[in-house]
Amino acid sequence: MSLLAVSNLAKRYRRGGKPFAAVDDISFEIGPAETLALAGPSGSGKSTIAKLVLRLIEPDAGRIDFEGGDFLALSGAALRTRRARLQMVFQDPLAAFNPRATVARVLDDPLRIYNIASRAERPRRIAALLERVGLDTSLAARAIHEISGGQRQRVAIARAIATRPSLIVLDEAVSALDVSVRGQILELLLDLQRQERIAYLFISHDLGVIRAVAHRVVILDAGRIAESGDARAVIADPQSAVGKALVAATPKLVRTSQDAS
Amino acid sequence: MTVLLSIRDLVIAYRRDGIEVPALKGVSLEVLAGERLAIIGESGSGKSTLALAVAGLLARGARVGGTIGWLLPASAGAKAPLSVLPDISPSRGEIGNSGAGSLLATSKIGEGGDHSVISPLEGEMSGRTERGAKDRQPSALATSQPRLGRDIGFVFQDPSSSLDPVIPIGKQIAEVARTHLDLTWPDAYTKAKTLLERVHLPNPDATLRAYPHQLSGGQKQRVAIAAAIAAAPKLLIADEATSAIDTIVQAEIVALIRRLVAEDGMTLIFISHDIALATTLADRIAVLRHGELVELGEARQIIEAPRHAYTRALLDAHLGLDAKPLLDRQGASA
Ligand SMILES: Nc1ncnc2c1ncn2[C@@H]1O[C@H](COP(=O)(O)OP(=O)(O)OP(=O)(O)O)[C@@H](O)[C@H]1O
Ligand SMILES: Nc1ncnc2c1ncn2[C@@H]1O[C@H](COP(=O)(O)OP(=O)(O)OP(=O)(O)O)[C@@H](O)[C@H]1O
Ligand SMILES: [Mg+2]
Ligand SMILES: [Mg+2]
Repeated sequence: MSLLAVSNLAKRYRRGGKPFAAVDDISFEIGPAETLALAGPSGSGKSTIAKLVLRLIEPDAGRIDFEGGDFLALSGAALRTRRARLQMVFQDPLAAFNPRATVARVLDDPLRIYNIASRAERPRRIAALLERVGLDTSLAARAIHEISGGQRQRVAIARAIATRPSLIVLDEAVSALDVSVRGQILELLLDLQRQERIAYLFISHDLGVIRAVAHRVVILDAGRIAESGDARAVIADPQSAVGKALVAATPKLVRTSQDAS
Repeated sequence: MTVLLSIRDLVIAYRRDGIEVPALKGVSLEVLAGERLAIIGESGSGKSTLALAVAGLLARGARVGGTIGWLLPASAGAKAPLSVLPDISPSRGEIGNSGAGSLLATSKIGEGGDHSVISPLEGEMSGRTERGAKDRQPSALATSQPRLGRDIGFVFQDPSSSLDPVIPIGKQIAEVARTHLDLTWPDAYTKAKTLLERVHLPNPDATLRAYPHQLSGGQKQRVAIAAAIAAAPKLLIADEATSAIDTIVQAEIVALIRRLVAEDGMTLIFISHDIALATTLADRIAVLRHGELVELGEARQIIEAPRHAYTRALLDAHLGLDAKPLLDRQGASA
């Protein structure tokens, strides 16, 4: 049984007065504890799909089933309860916070908003969350502008798992990190997936990263699915023009500097 | 190969909230004429600081020690002695001649503990370095040291930051050609059109009249490259010039830089945090870590036989299309 099923999703915007489809007839499924990656060139619709799945924007057509129910039909208290099961981590996820806000404050929010822990219980829960993502509990008192990019991304993941989600949408969540830090964050995500059976909708333009962590991949081109399948198989032998172009453009660790082009 | 640029014991520290932040801790290296040198290292390792020092674009208040010496052929059109760091008082600049037809200029700064403020920048830049030339143009550029633009082309990560939003593309490129090549406006515009063709922008005539916001990120970066090479500089510096654009466009820009450098015989300093990207372009690779040069070698040697543990760590952390997936390493599967 699928955890998330997206069917015939469409979203149109206007460009220069003319409507165009940013997302056009998109369907895919994600199972529990599975990672599905979305890849594609800039503007192909990856972030728009993420926002639709999170219901940050409403589709023009299509259906989204999440945890066995019609997600788009939910509203009010029912929507709020279900939303706790669906979290997100973006490229600079703490950018929306006042940089003086403390790490504790950032983690306190979801615990309070979703009634997960009483006021007295929260400091202990915050410490546990920090430990879960490999951070020292003393970090709770620090302002978010005082911690490194890698630490910020761990805090964002801690915030996302605070509500015990079954699915996390990650939009370019590791793209701005140094390779060594990126590797550690990817390991953390895989560990959480194994331990807590969390599924990921993993958006990245980097096929190397996708190949390392995703089970399946959907390659997008101008709002439509160009191809999809097992991540390793698709990347090893892409069939679509855009899939081939993405693979060809991925920098390889071999010296090719002598050829003229 | 002859040496274009000789950097000796370069020490640079910024001042932030009254505290000194060391950015480079005694870096020495030579850049050879006509080579493609990549500088890699993680965030904060000092890559941009090194590039900005070479271009004379350091933030005001940066403390600098060591020397940056240039060996430029006399044909470079230099009239005044060249010193890379603007506004160093003549008594501090150490200038000498070397070799036939060559002009050697060495800037010797901050002997002993006596560091001096060397760059007359408006306002102090802070934190990361993806902002553009506009923010850091030395104010005395036009009069004293017209080096940047003429001898050095600089391409930043964010092309919007080096392009003026309210001036048409063509005028911005023509301005560089006019200033540094002494061209009339009509000739400078003709030159600008040729440059837009060279960087493969579709419909150069229309692009000349376009404003930056009408172009995509990749197109803007092509314009920034056209402006950087307008005066046929000896040295092109690209600081994370392809980091903000998608993989397909990145590959196109890298191919473009490689071709332009080959055609014009330019020397290239290519800065990137991506070791694989660096190897697609570079003859040699310099690895910076915490403000120190930990390894410098032929690109092939760096990939196949890295000497420093940190270089090996960077290579290991690279997730290539042939790497063993983390999923398998952990034995996890859905
Ligand atoms: N709010 C909006 N109004 C109008 N057009 C939009 C809006 N949001 C996105 N678009 C357009 O929809 C298309 C898809 O955008 P989207 O952000 O989903 O791309 P993406 O695949 O995430 O790209 P990137 O890799 O650059 O993040 C683009 O052409 C974009 O310009
Ligand atoms: N204008 C400045 N004022 C204060 N500190 C600065 C300034 N510019 C850079 N720094 C600091 O100097 C060090 C080196 O920075 P630099 O920008 O050279 O690194 P980098 O290797 O280019 O990093 P990145 O990959 O993030 O661009 C860092 O600690 C940085 O925070
Ligand atoms: Mg996006
Ligand atoms: Mg930098």
